This record gives sequence, C-alpha cells and structure tokens, in this order.
Amino acid sequence: MLGYIVRRIIWSIPFFFAASVLAYIIIQAPPGDYVTSLAARMVSEGNDMDPSRIEALRIRFGLDDPHPVQYFRWITGAIQGDFGQSYEWDRPVSELIGQRMALSVILAFSTMLFTWAVALPFGIFSAVRKYTMGDYIITFIGFIGLATPNFLIALVLMYIGVVHFGSDVTGLFSSEYVNADWSFAKMLDLLKHMIIPVVIIGTSSTASLIRIMRANLLDELQKPYVVTARAKGLSETKLLLKYPVRLALNPFVSTLGWAFPQIISGSTIVAVVLSLPTADPLMLDALLTQDMYLAGAFILLLSALSIVGMLVSDILLALVDPRIRYR
Amino acid sequence: MSQMSSTQHTQPPILEVKNLETSFKTRHGWFKAVDDVSISLYPGRTLCVVGESGSGKSVMSRSILQIVDAPGKITGGEILLHTDFGDGAGHSTVNMIGMDPRGKQVRAIRGDDIAMIFQEPMSSLSPVHRIGDQIGETLRIHMGMSKKEAIARSVELLRMVEIPNPEEAVKRYPYEFSGGMRQRAMIAMALSCNPKVLIADEPTTALDVTIQAEILELMRSLQKAHNMAILFITHDMGVVAEIADDVAVMRHGKVVEKGDVYSVFASPQHDYTKSLLHAATQCEGPSDRRLAMRERRPLGDPILEAVALRKEYVITPAGFRREAKTLLAVKDANLQLRDGENIGIVGESGSGKTTLARCIQRIHSVSSGAVLYTDRQGNTRDLAPLTKPDLKEPWRDMRIIFQDPFGSLNPRMTVGQIIAEPLMNHGLGTPVEQRARVAELLDLVGLPGSAAERYPHAFSGGQRQRISIARAIAPNPRIIIADEATSALDVSLRTQIMDLLLELQEKLGLSYLFISHDVGLVRYFCDRVVVMYKGQIMEEGETEDVCTNPQHPYTQSLLSAVPIADPTMRASKTRTRYVEG
Amino acid sequence: MTQSNSIDPRLSTDIAEATQWKLMWLKFRKHRLAMFGLCIVSFLYLIALCAEFFSPFDPSETSTADLFHPPQRIHFVDRAEDASWALRMYVYDQKLTRDPITLATTYVKNPDKKIYLKLFGKNEPYNLFGLIPMSRTLIAPATADEKFYLFGADRLGRDMFSRAMMGTRISMSIGLVGVTLSLCLGLLIGGLSGYFGGLVDAVSSRAIELILAMPTIPVWLGLSAALPATLDPLLRYFMITIILSLIGWTELARVVRGRFLALRQEDFVISAELDGAPTRRVIFRHMMPSLVSHIIASVTLAIPSMILAETSLSFLGLGLSPPTVSWGVLLKEAQNIHAIAQAPWLFIPGAFVALAVLSLNFLGDGLRDAADPYASEGS
Repeated sequence: MLGYIVRRIIWSIPFFFAASVLAYIIIQAPPGDYVTSLAARMVSEGNDMDPSRIEALRIRFGLDDPHPVQYFRWITGAIQGDFGQSYEWDRPVSELIGQRMALSVILAFSTMLFTWAVALPFGIFSAVRKYTMGDYIITFIGFIGLATPNFLIALVLMYIGVVHFGSDVTGLFSSEYVNADWSFAKMLDLLKHMIIPVVIIGTSSTASLIRIMRANLLDELQKPYVVTARAKGLSETKLLLKYPVRLALNPFVSTLGWAFPQIISGSTIVAVVLSLPTADPLMLDALLTQDMYLAGAFILLLSALSIVGMLVSDILLALVDPRIRYR
Repeated sequence: MSQMSSTQHTQPPILEVKNLETSFKTRHGWFKAVDDVSISLYPGRTLCVVGESGSGKSVMSRSILQIVDAPGKITGGEILLHTDFGDGAGHSTVNMIGMDPRGKQVRAIRGDDIAMIFQEPMSSLSPVHRIGDQIGETLRIHMGMSKKEAIARSVELLRMVEIPNPEEAVKRYPYEFSGGMRQRAMIAMALSCNPKVLIADEPTTALDVTIQAEILELMRSLQKAHNMAILFITHDMGVVAEIADDVAVMRHGKVVEKGDVYSVFASPQHDYTKSLLHAATQCEGPSDRRLAMRERRPLGDPILEAVALRKEYVITPAGFRREAKTLLAVKDANLQLRDGENIGIVGESGSGKTTLARCIQRIHSVSSGAVLYTDRQGNTRDLAPLTKPDLKEPWRDMRIIFQDPFGSLNPRMTVGQIIAEPLMNHGLGTPVEQRARVAELLDLVGLPGSAAERYPHAFSGGQRQRISIARAIAPNPRIIIADEATSALDVSLRTQIMDLLLELQEKLGLSYLFISHDVGLVRYFCDRVVVMYKGQIMEEGETEDVCTNPQHPYTQSLLSAVPIADPTMRASKTRTRYVEG
Repeated sequence: MTQSNSIDPRLSTDIAEATQWKLMWLKFRKHRLAMFGLCIVSFLYLIALCAEFFSPFDPSETSTADLFHPPQRIHFVDRAEDASWALRMYVYDQKLTRDPITLATTYVKNPDKKIYLKLFGKNEPYNLFGLIPMSRTLIAPATADEKFYLFGADRLGRDMFSRAMMGTRISMSIGLVGVTLSLCLGLLIGGLSGYFGGLVDAVSSRAIELILAMPTIPVWLGLSAALPATLDPLLRYFMITIILSLIGWTELARVVRGRFLALRQEDFVISAELDGAPTRRVIFRHMMPSLVSHIIASVTLAIPSMILAETSLSFLGLGLSPPTVSWGVLLKEAQNIHAIAQAPWLFIPGAFVALAVLSLNFLGDGLRDAADPYASEGS
C-alpha cells in the first residue's frame, strides 16, 4: 500500500511539471508583455514613455531573456514560494495571494464535502427506491442542477436576496470582520457566509454525482453477491450498506479525480459573481491586465490543487478497493 | 407435528415443498415460472433438480429461501421446514410461505437451517471483503460470535473444505483464489452454521471438469459427515448420475418426472427425460457417420503441420534493471493434420488450446517454430513468418468457426452480406454469382434462402452457428478450425451441429481442427486427439485409444473426472488426481 | 427451442430485416424524455437556422424611449366595447410614467391602446440564410414602426426577444462547431492511439489525464485573455470555439479509443480479417458502423458542456463580446445586481441555456441507450 502511494506521488511529478509549462504558456500567450501594456496605458493617460525607459524596464523584469530561461527562473522561484513580483500591485505575488488561496482551498474542500454529503445519501435513496416519487423528484432536481450554469443560480439567489430579503449574499465575511484578525467569531462568520457559495458551486457536481451513485448502485444491486449475502440471513439495511453501497463507492471515489477540478473551475465564476475574497476574482483581473506573474501563480496553484485532488482520489480508491493496489 | 410416511426413506423429510407457484409480472400479465412443484428433501440424501435453461429450476430453489428477484413473487403453495430439537425432544414445523421476505423470521432460517451456494463463485463473493470476513459473517449473525471467534471458526471451516494454509487464506480476497478455491470457500461459508439443508444452484457449471469432480466429491463427503439434505440444481445429466439419490426433472416450470436416480435412469417415463438422457449418452462413443466415412475414404497426406510452436506473451516489458515478465502460453507444440482428418485439441481453461489454434491460423503471431501448410498444388510454405497481406491466400483455405454465436456475426450486416464477405474480398465471381452462391451455401447448412436478407438478430444461437459455418465454407476451404463451436449451445443442438460438420466434410472434403473442453464431443467427432495442459501437449493419439487407455497421468485424471450419465457406474469408477512433478 | 432449419416465425420480416438505424429508432422512441429532448433540440436548431425569421426587430437596434421596457403578454381574444369579439393577437401598450412623489419611472399599462400583431406579417427586409431575400417574420407588428417587447427590453431599449433568438443561433452553433472540432481531434488522437497502441497510446492517454486534471475555467480564461480585444467578431467566435474544443476533445478521444480497442477484439472483426478484407475495409465497413452510433451519442452529450462553457466565458467578459450576441453575452447584462433587481427579465436567456442543456442531455441519454440495439440480446 505504501509502495503504491509513493509510486502514485512520483507519478504526479511530471504532471506538475506539465501543468507549470502550460501555465507559463498561457501567461506568455498574449501578444506583447507587461511593459508594452504599461506603456500603452501611460500613453492613453497622456504620459509618454521614452523608449530607453521601456528598454530599462524590460531588462529589469528580465523580459528579453529567452523563454526557457524565463520559465526556469519563474519555476525555481515558485518552488521556493517566490512567485515573482506583481507589476500591477508592485508587491510580491506570494504576499497578495496567500490568504486568497487559503480561502479558495477552504471553499473547494467544503464544497467537496458538501457534494459528497448530499450526493451519497440521495444517490443511495434514489437507487433503492427506484421509480418511486422520491426517485423522480431527486432525478428531476438533479437534471435541473446539471443544466443550470452555477453563476445563474448565484445570480438568482442574489436577486432573491436583494428583492425579497433586502440582504446582500455576496462576500465571505460581514463588513466588520473583513479586515479583522482571525478569531473564533470570524470563523463562525466565514462558515455562515460560506453556505450559499458552497451550495451554488456544488450544485452541478452534486447533481452528476447523484446520477453516478444511482447508476453504480443499481448495477451493484443486481450482482450475485447480494443474493449470497441475503441467503446468509443478513438484514436488508445492513446488507445494503456493507456490500452494494461499499462496492458502488469505488467508481464513485474515482470520480473525485475530475469532480475536484470541476469544483475549482466552477468556483472561479461564482466567486466573481458573488465577489468572494478568494483567488479567482484577482486572477481574472490579473489575466485582463496581463499581470503575468500574478496570473501565472494562480493558474499554477489551481492546477496543482486539482492534481492533488486527483492524487487523493487515487489513494482513496486504493484504500477502498484492494484490487487496485496489486495492479 | 407433521406425520410423514415413506417407504423409501428411513427418515422423515426435513423440507417439503408443496404445490409451489412462483410468478413473474410481465407486460402480458403473470407468467408462472414455477408451476405446482412439490418436492421433499430427506436428511443425508441429495435431490437433483434437472432441466434446461428456462425450466424454472433456479427460481424454484430461490423461492425456498424467498430470495426471488423482483418482479418475481411466490403466489401459492407451502414450504414446510421440520425442525428436530434433537434426541426425540420434539419436532416443530414452520411454513415458510407467509413469512415476510425481509422479516426476522425468514432471516433466522437463511444461512442457519437452510444454506445456499451459487453458480458463479467469483461474482457470488464480494470482491472487496476478505474471505474470513465473509465466512465469519454468517457465524456472527446466527451464532452471535465475536469477530475473533468467527475468524477462528472460519479457519477450521476452510480446513474442512481442504483449502491449503487456511490461516493465511482467511485474510485473502476472493480474486486471489482460483475458481475451484472460491467455490470451496463458498461451501465453507454455507456450512458454517451446520445447516440441515444445503441448496446448490449449478455449483459446478462454471468450473473445469477436474475441479467439478473434486467439488462433487467434497460435497458428498461433507453430506455424509453432517447428514445434510442437499438440493442440487443442474442441467447436466452426467452430474446427476454422479451425485443424486433422487431426481426431479423440470420443464416449463413443472416437474414432469421424479423418482430415485436408478429407476429414472433405467426406465425414464416422460419423453422429455428420455430426450435429455439420449442427448447425454450420445457423445460417449465415436460417431457412426464418421467411422463409415473413413471406411469409404481413407485419410490423405499431411496438409497442416505445427513444428515446435511456441507462444510467449510479454506481461511487463523489460525496463531499467528488470527483466521482462513473460507468460509461456504454448510450449513447443507439434501437431500434424492430414487431409480429411479431424483432430481434437482438448484441455481445460488456461491450457493454451485456443492460443495454439490461433497461432496455427496466424491470428496471433508466433514466438518461434513453424506452421507448415501444403496447398492444393502440393507447395508447402511456412506461415509463421508471413505478414497479413501474404496470409490472405492461406486464410482462404483455412477458415474458422467461433464459439460465441452472438459475437462472431456482425450485427449490422445482413446474413447475405456476411456470407458473401469472403467471396467479395477474394474476388470470387460477379455480384450476381455471389448471390447465387450465398443461396447455395444457406441450403447446404440447412437454412432457407430468405435468410440472406435478414440480420443476425433474427436468428437463434444454433441458426447463427449455421450461418458461421456457411461463411466458413464459402470460399471453398480445405481446413476449418472450430474453436468450441458447439459449447454455447444446448446439449441437443450440439450433436446436430457436429453432424452438419461431418456431412459437409463428406461433401466438400474438409479437414477439421476441433477445439473443445468436452472430452465427449471430441470422442464423437475426432479421429485423433491432442491433450493439452498448461500450454503443453501431454498426450496425443487415436481418440479411442486415448479415451479407453490413457497413458499420461493428466489424461487419466481428466478422463476419470468426466461424469458418466449412468448412476450404476458410480461405484466402479475410480478418480485419479494429477499432481505435477 | 426453435426448429433449427426454419426461421423463427414470431419475428416479423420487418424486424428481421431491420437495419441498425431502424432498431435504434425503435428503441429510442420508447425513451419518452429523449423524445421530448429531441423535439426541443430540433426546435432550438430551427430557431438558430432561421433566427431572422423569428426576430421581429433588429437585435442591435436601440430605443431610448424603451429602456428596461417590461415584457408584454400576448392576448388573443380581442373584445370590442360592444362585447363582440374577434380572434386577433395584440399587446397592450405600456407608457413610461414618472411617479409624482418619488420621481421614480415605471411602465404603466395603457388599456386604451392595443398594438396588433400579425403572424407571418411584413417587416423589415432581411436575407434568410444570408441568401433568400424575405421580409416576413413569424410575428410582426400590424402597423410598421410600432414596437412590442415579448421578453422586455434591456438597458439600451433593445428587444430581448430578438436578441434571445440571435443568441440562440450563436450559442447553439458554437456547441455544434466546437463539438465538431473536438470530434476531429478526438477521432484522430483516439483512433491513432487505439490503432497503434504502445507508446502513442501511452503518451496520448497521459495527455488526456493531464488535461482532465486541469481546472478548465481558469485555463480557458487564460487562453481567451490572450486573444486581442480588437479581433474581428467572426474570428473571435472561431478562436473561442477552438479554445473550448482544445479541452473538450479528451472525453471523445477516450470514448473512441475505448470502443476501438474493444471492437478490435470482437470475433466478427477478427473474422472480417480472416475473410481477407483489407485493413481499410475492416475499419470502415466492419468497425465504423458500430462506432458511429456511440460517437453520435457522446457528441450529443458533449454539446451541452460546450454551451455552458461559452456562456460562462462570455459572462465573465472573456468569451464572445458585443456586437456578437450569445446567451452568455446577454447574461452579462444581468451581472449587475441593480440591473436585475429592476429588470428580472434579463434572466430569460438563462432559461434558454437551461432548456437547451437539459434537452440535449435527455437526447444524449436516449441516444446512448439506443446506441447498441443488440445489447439486450443473447440472454
């Protein structure tokens, strides 16, 4: 088992590498670089920049070096926690993103937990009571959740909040806590504010996980070992939880691998709509202003988060299914 | 208290099924899968319920424990379980029908008084729970044992069913066991609470014949030791003759005949029983048709020869500081097929018989050795090194019939297109001539000409095998490799297909390479036989010689394991076990 | 047991000689939700094809008098004052009035003025499919220059109904075009790795795993941020489509590869090779027909995620941008909480998104179930 985990961790190293190259390509893709866009902005504001100053800035930021050199400088720094300097904010990137990334991670994991906590029991119920009213209702809600873009749900909730309750559902903290130090009260406040974003972000993955759980369990319920267990004299509830549910969990666990990136993806857009103080709105700004190091750091870290999610899912899968470990 | 009178049996019955009726709700109303069935089980005796697929025998056995899958439902009858409190302390009788199928009452009986084992030992065990846990579960439910006690008892049970190293085995998962081992574990699980009745639903159907013999032997000895009543469900008359004390023959949900095994086999009353017995005993000798054909036309020169044929599979390729892991599927096989001859390759699963055939046909590549084919003009060439384009001509002369009648015909082409495919690819005739040829071929295999326009889904398994045969003989081949060509069919259809193949041999001058796990079929169909075990040819010779006087210990054990559909032979048979070394 | 030499009489010739498409249709037809999905999807694509015919007004025409004009309900029974009535379509005019106390502006129904509408009425001339000159639209005001707003108007007084129709064209087509691109990539890469196996297969499988591990929206955002803002709308449309399909192909490649590998092992494929069929014939005559139905099902299931992706990107302002109109572009108008508080009908394009995604999912599910009409056989 330990050997498998070690092997799996080693396997993800090339993944991190490939993800970092991709992140680098993305931030290099826009025509021009930060200095050109800075110069353009200065011009539009009526301040001309003379060419020698542009050149000096280029050299200062190392923008004239060949790409492999720039990449290497960037990635070695990133590994040590130095993601470079934000041009826009003129501060180290790591300083800017620290708390925001932490909030992103907390949000993503809470969403994952929520998704599981809802999808599992509902999926099981739906399969065991198939073709009943309850099953149809769950299936229907599941379809709606799958079909509605989550930012639309966010907007609708915002609308209902403003029009019917006169309250603002945006943000993750009440105004008095935004700049306050961490305390128990602030934690509680965060939890309270997280409920709506978690529900919104989790809706579509919850919907698809319910469908997957239902389908898996329906498959498993037909397997001969269920009859064997029944012939032993096991009660129906115990039987259900010990055998078919246990086996239906295996493919379910493996969906974590893609459900996690999906949640991170989904949170980006919801965070922008609800103006959450997570990484995503800042990343969007950075991308729009071509603040390369800032944007790159976000893409790299979010991808890394996804890869870690996949890793965790594979390890979990090996834990629940002994057959995997020996492969 | 129930009073039973029986002249035949020394003890009163333990379980009585009276007028049982189990129905399935379908779109057209209720369909009776089990219709008015009455049987009795006696301590220490085995009742075999025999019938073909769809006869309702399996549903009947599940009805006893009330574990029929939805939409099935017990709609009538009585199931009386007579419990003895031991040493004349008294009897009690319960009627299991009327108990809530999910309720406590019937659950207390399941696994405790009546236990059950199933056909698929792999899928009938949970793949993610340890063997010890699955066996111990029954003990924990019914005996109230702790986890530790249950595991300790499981070790004993595994020892009882002769699983080597039981202390280790309890910690294993089912996929680490072979099929026979899994079925032993299932039996251990069923016997854990000393049940009075054991229901076995085709427990040996998925197993190789030597493993089957071992499991049957085990069940017999355990029955003697525990004085159990066994209800044994099977479709195989040979198995019935081996193990049954009493027989009930089922057809269309009804019991058409019952009695003790000797009288049923000696003088079957119902026509259906007679036909089952006839089909089972037909393959216990050579086909008369084949013998007559050989009289008229003696065998010719060798046309196909495998010389020191070897097939290795790479499991994990060689890597850094590691040698490649390989599996030797066929080890230095030599084989010679003469013109007009039928050779059988017989062996159990994993023996490499199919791999050998596919190497000879060059569907698979060959690791080393030669495949010498002599064509009609007398030119001999080695097929082993040839590539696909060069194989086109030899493939025209050497054709195949697959085992699975459903997978081997492209469902998206009409039968006419399927049969014409080889004609088209080899440019044999104009489209009009090809159509005429298809009609002629359909006629040869006994199908009407209208079949050409239809798609394979319109045909039954036996008919599809006929279509496969028509496709095989279409380009006028010389050799046909039949890979378990009759295994997927019902017993009565098997001889029909083999007779068709023999008829075509006479008409078209074919030679057959016949691959089968069934010694009986080989004996009926083949002139010579090659016995394979673990990739190696153990014995080769004239079929009758090998069958009546086997030389190699493996062949001896294989033949001794084959059940004979005659209960009177039971005593005179001695089984030998083959131990490598 | 049927007699071996006579054909099963229970099967009608009709079924016995049915092609796979006919069998698939018979199976598909039983799937009620899928049939519902098929109807809706066909209708949406009809709108996409003839968007000009369905829009009563030019979707980019602004009207300062009708800012945030609320939706009007169509009435069918026209009662005159003398209690006689006629079957005619009309809406009530709404007047912008200023509350004398709060000074806030609201639209008030004017029960005296009816604006009559005509089915297939004459309207501004346009070219259907860009070719056929036409001037009739599905619904047109009976008198020219009169305006009506079935879905309301946006902050510039543009007719949301016409905009939704145009948005349908762009959003539905971007799904189709994107999936076509994905399919080409998926077929190429999946087919290659399925056919060659070995190293090619290993490399492409790893690449697929990597792409699946990426959080798609940040990556999409990064890529589309790289597009110059001054790009020609048509070019931008294609670039966005390409970006979407760069990630979308993975699922299709997986399906193609898996099916291909499984099919290669099928007895009937081996049999075709032994029949002397050349490789090309084996692939296209024997394997493809079995693949196609599965591919169609996967493609249908891939379209909704494309639509959702485009909507999300455009919503964030990094996808399509005006003057191109898509559902996502329209929803961008609803981003402002004050705008939607005042004009909740800006959500209507969202309903279109949900409807399209839902019915495409139903359709895809039905197709997937029907893709192998032979599956239940053999038991």
